[in-house]
Amino acid sequence: MNDAPKTVPILSVQGLSVDFRTRAGTVHAVKDLSFDLFRGEMIGVVGESGSGKSVTAFNIMGILDPAGRVAKGSIVFEGLDLTTADEGALSEIRGREASMIFQNPRVALNPIRQVGTQIEDVLRRHTNTLTKDLKKKAIEALDAVRIRHPEQRYYAYPYELSGGMCQRVMIALALACNPSLLIADEPTTGLDVTTQKTIMDLVRDLARERNLATILITHDLGLASQYCQRLVVMRSGEAVEAGTTEEIFLNPKHPYTIKLIKATPRIDSRLEDLSDDVVERPAAQPLPVRPEGAPPLLEVRNLVKEYGIGSSTSWFGRLLGRKVEEKKPFRAVDDVSFIVGHGESVGLVGESGCGKSTTSNTVTRLLDPTSGEILFEGQDLAKIPCKGFAGVPERRLIQMVFQDPTESLNPRFTAWRCIADPLMRLDGMRNKAELDARIRELAGMVGLPEHLLTRFPHQLSGGQKARVGIARAISVSPKLLILDEPTSALDVSVQAIVLNLLADLQARLGMSYIFVSHDLNVVRLLCDRVIVMNAGRIIETGTADEILTNPRDPYTRSLIEAVPHLDVLAANDKTFAEEPKCIA
Amino acid sequence: MRGRARLAMIAGRLLQAIPSIAGVIIVTFVLTRALPGDPAAYFAGPTADEQSIAEVRKALGLDRSLPEQFVLYLGDLAQGDLGRSVSTGQPVGAELLRRLPASLELTLLALFLSLGVALPLGILAATRPNSWIDHLCRVVVTAGVSLPVFFTGLFLVYVFYFLLGIAPSPLGRIDVFFLEPPDITGFFTIDSLLAGDLETFWASLTQLILPAITLGIFTLAPLARMTRGAMLAVLSSDFIRTARASGLSRPTVLFAYGLRNAMLPILTTLGMVFSFMLGSNVLVEKVFAWPGIGSFAIEALIVSDYAAVQGFVLAMALLYVALNLIIDILYTVVDPRIGLEA
Amino acid sequence: MAVNEFLKHLKYILTENPVTLVSGSLFVLLIVLAILGPSIVPYDPYASSAATLQPPSWQHWFGTDQLGRDVFSRVIVATRLDITIAIVAVLLSFVIGSIAGSAAGYYGGWIDRVVGRLTDTIMAFPLFVLAMGIVAAMGNTVENIVYATALINLPFYARVARAEVNVRREAGFVQAARLAGNSDVRLLATQIYPNVLPPMMVQISLNMGWAILNAAGLSFIGLGVRPPTPEWGIMVAEGATYIVSGEWWLALFPGAALMLAVFCFNLLGDGLRDLIDPRQRT
Repeated sequence: MNDAPKTVPILSVQGLSVDFRTRAGTVHAVKDLSFDLFRGEMIGVVGESGSGKSVTAFNIMGILDPAGRVAKGSIVFEGLDLTTADEGALSEIRGREASMIFQNPRVALNPIRQVGTQIEDVLRRHTNTLTKDLKKKAIEALDAVRIRHPEQRYYAYPYELSGGMCQRVMIALALACNPSLLIADEPTTGLDVTTQKTIMDLVRDLARERNLATILITHDLGLASQYCQRLVVMRSGEAVEAGTTEEIFLNPKHPYTIKLIKATPRIDSRLEDLSDDVVERPAAQPLPVRPEGAPPLLEVRNLVKEYGIGSSTSWFGRLLGRKVEEKKPFRAVDDVSFIVGHGESVGLVGESGCGKSTTSNTVTRLLDPTSGEILFEGQDLAKIPCKGFAGVPERRLIQMVFQDPTESLNPRFTAWRCIADPLMRLDGMRNKAELDARIRELAGMVGLPEHLLTRFPHQLSGGQKARVGIARAISVSPKLLILDEPTSALDVSVQAIVLNLLADLQARLGMSYIFVSHDLNVVRLLCDRVIVMNAGRIIETGTADEILTNPRDPYTRSLIEAVPHLDVLAANDKTFAEEPKCIA
Repeated sequence: MRGRARLAMIAGRLLQAIPSIAGVIIVTFVLTRALPGDPAAYFAGPTADEQSIAEVRKALGLDRSLPEQFVLYLGDLAQGDLGRSVSTGQPVGAELLRRLPASLELTLLALFLSLGVALPLGILAATRPNSWIDHLCRVVVTAGVSLPVFFTGLFLVYVFYFLLGIAPSPLGRIDVFFLEPPDITGFFTIDSLLAGDLETFWASLTQLILPAITLGIFTLAPLARMTRGAMLAVLSSDFIRTARASGLSRPTVLFAYGLRNAMLPILTTLGMVFSFMLGSNVLVEKVFAWPGIGSFAIEALIVSDYAAVQGFVLAMALLYVALNLIIDILYTVVDPRIGLEA
Repeated sequence: MAVNEFLKHLKYILTENPVTLVSGSLFVLLIVLAILGPSIVPYDPYASSAATLQPPSWQHWFGTDQLGRDVFSRVIVATRLDITIAIVAVLLSFVIGSIAGSAAGYYGGWIDRVVGRLTDTIMAFPLFVLAMGIVAAMGNTVENIVYATALINLPFYARVARAEVNVRREAGFVQAARLAGNSDVRLLATQIYPNVLPPMMVQISLNMGWAILNAAGLSFIGLGVRPPTPEWGIMVAEGATYIVSGEWWLALFPGAALMLAVFCFNLLGDGLRDLIDPRQRT
């Protein structure tokens, strides 16, 4: 039964082209895309942002924005051409025969409708379930996605559930009517790494159980390689390469695929492996000799940060006779101590909410700790309240590169003005010519073309904005630079370049880095030492290789296992493991 | 359990109205005491001598300190005493109560008219962006907020009364040849229907319709604008995409998913709309010589009858607080998230 | 260079959207009339004549009123008073509202609570009714109309400023500016506030229209400006009596002028937003 359908694809996309009308003219979002999909198979559509992968998915579902239209080609699903089918027929197929799950599950569900009711809506539309059985069916659907206590969860509103739980509800909703095709559009974006893994495992298991045809749309080559049998690699609307996962990794033909595979960090890749564009890294400047027993650059001792002290019920709540609960203060950072040496890079790793950002913001003196010491070259900076820290000489010595390059640049300042700000404030540099010379020098250091300096952030690409952010941070020659997930908003190919740039700068300028990230694979590339945090505490410290190869803490182990990387393929496929060089 | 939490929330919301009411009372009190001139001299009349002015001052409690006066004022308010109107000689509270139904009848009909047009118009405009109905909506919205309400009223009177002669003369709630219907609800249209008197019903309705349309046009604009905006925002949100990807029918997507979520910002706007309405009500009443509390206030203003004006301001403010309260309670019914995140 | 670029952008905005061009020209016309009005009108706006209640003609474009005064001259001369009341009132509430709202949004705590309580109290009144009460209590003068209008608009500015500052308080670029050594006040003034300005400008433009309506409404019911001063609201009120007998021009022209002014400001709102937002600059 499983063999027969192999010959007839359930979904066949042939020569699909999609055009978008925009103010700037017609944009060809998808160009001449073809692929077939069979039952029981998971195909990965992989590409960076703007590659047209989501447009393809929306098109199959017939929920494309009205500005877009199919210019050429066909999408044949179970014998019906979806590009010519009318809306009535399409809405019969959607949710019953073909379903879709989305990124950011918390906003993909109706915020003011109970999740059970939302599943019932779909059941009522597509099945002949009697009204009295709807609830039972909805609870069964919740149960099928391994939600515990589905009878209670039935009544929950999305805001009462975690992101991972919302994604399970999304999957329950999508599979409630037993469709034969499931499209997963970046289903793990916005979720924690460990949650990502459980969600993806769930999708895979359910797809196997129900013999679904699945399309996984993702930017993450590692994720796709772990779960998909076949891949389609897309770039600016075109499929540059398609084939089985093994073929593509063993023998990538298109230069873009090769570049993409290269740029995806693997468990054993070195920084230089990620990108072709890296020229010779400058030799590290010898650090000035320090006397024996001199204090390290940074020593954090027993750092604690607490939030929300006080009672949780307001006065009128008490008036109504609600129980007065004294809320325990929440400890975001719980007794954290670590050392960063001169010229050293330390990784601070953990999932969201583990306290890594609070720790780094406290060290950066954007937040005041509840207690503890922050010894910077022996001087306790925690004693200076962060309100007044802008005025002390140490301000220039600790700088930061922010997570989201777009959000961290003032939309009303040009790149030049963004970089000039710390120079004018902290170095008191007022002479226009002097400023300009320094900014041009910095632009050269971070590889930002000088003509881009007059542009506003919205006129720059993600990578260019990241360079502006880095130039701004190093402009006043800090000794300690905190990198707060500096590449998480960037495409992998850009990430590779930025990581290399950061390594170059460190070698040239002798700065120390604290690299805050959720991704051990990336942290490993830049850092000598890694600190793993969970629930506000440090649970493990060691060299990057030690931790990756031999994690002592079970949490660290689950974190490492959850991060998708290309090397899982190596375990599946002998030949691949023997010839790792063929990728490079 | 959820139901009880909801009830507690509504009770909490009622308690939250207390600071608003306190603020309103304090401001009204301050306004009363900020009067130019000496109220005692005014109340005593132009022929009064020093002594009788002092007596009046004492009788009004104006010789005491401000905090004492405030306590007295609160005491009067607690008994529903808003003072005596100089021009009519009647207690202000009674005057306001007598005229309130006229204003309410006008305002409520105007509200239903504008809701009846604004909601469909906004929804249609949002579902068909850049169609003719969207352009119509835009024109209506911009024109509606730009038209001075007294100007619209006069224009309608000119066209429908003077030129076409199909509307009755814009003087009051009912033509002088008709008797007022028996007072049951105070709403002439409803009372005449209850009395089975269709002629009186028609007479009062024709009197009512022009001022109601005038007021309705003014409130139409913010409602239609918000309906369109809220529907557009909701329809482009992720969960609508999910609903469409699940193949839900268009009415379900549009109403159960779209409109219900869009109701939240629309309800918020409704509060602002009531503020506009109660304000422009005064202007419309003047144009149509409508015997409501707005006309009462204008008459009082002309003869500097301050007790009446302050009573009017306080009554309007309390009415508005009550309306906002109803909106908030509706809001908690629509949105399960309210109050729980705090 | 910056001025040049601004002018280029201005030209782009105006040519891109004809509605903005129309409302922009109308705005310029209003300002010109407000400044030059009294010196260009054909008749003395206060001079009565024997030719009462004349319909529009070549001599009197907008006809004459019950005292034989030229309605056209009165409508033009009234521009200055109406626009001045609105501009001064809106500027007052803009400045005070911006400062109070920004401080509340940035610092939070007790400042936020006090500002919030004050704006809530103002908003607890139907705003036009509150303005009536204020003018009645403080005295029937033009200044008091300005103060009353400023006060009832204040909450809008304070709320917009508070919300917009609050969402940016912890934004990446603000954190970066903190690291660059900016003090709180400098940060608020040079980094956050310029980003808050576009929504505030839209608010200003919409509010101008509303302020004009409000002031005219107050004088329509006999508060503030008094006859024989030429003012649109009063002129409509005076003309209202003659509508039922068919002398429409007395109320129509001042009413139309009022409508046009409000219309112009409402349309200008979107144009201003485009002008100020650098994201539109390409």
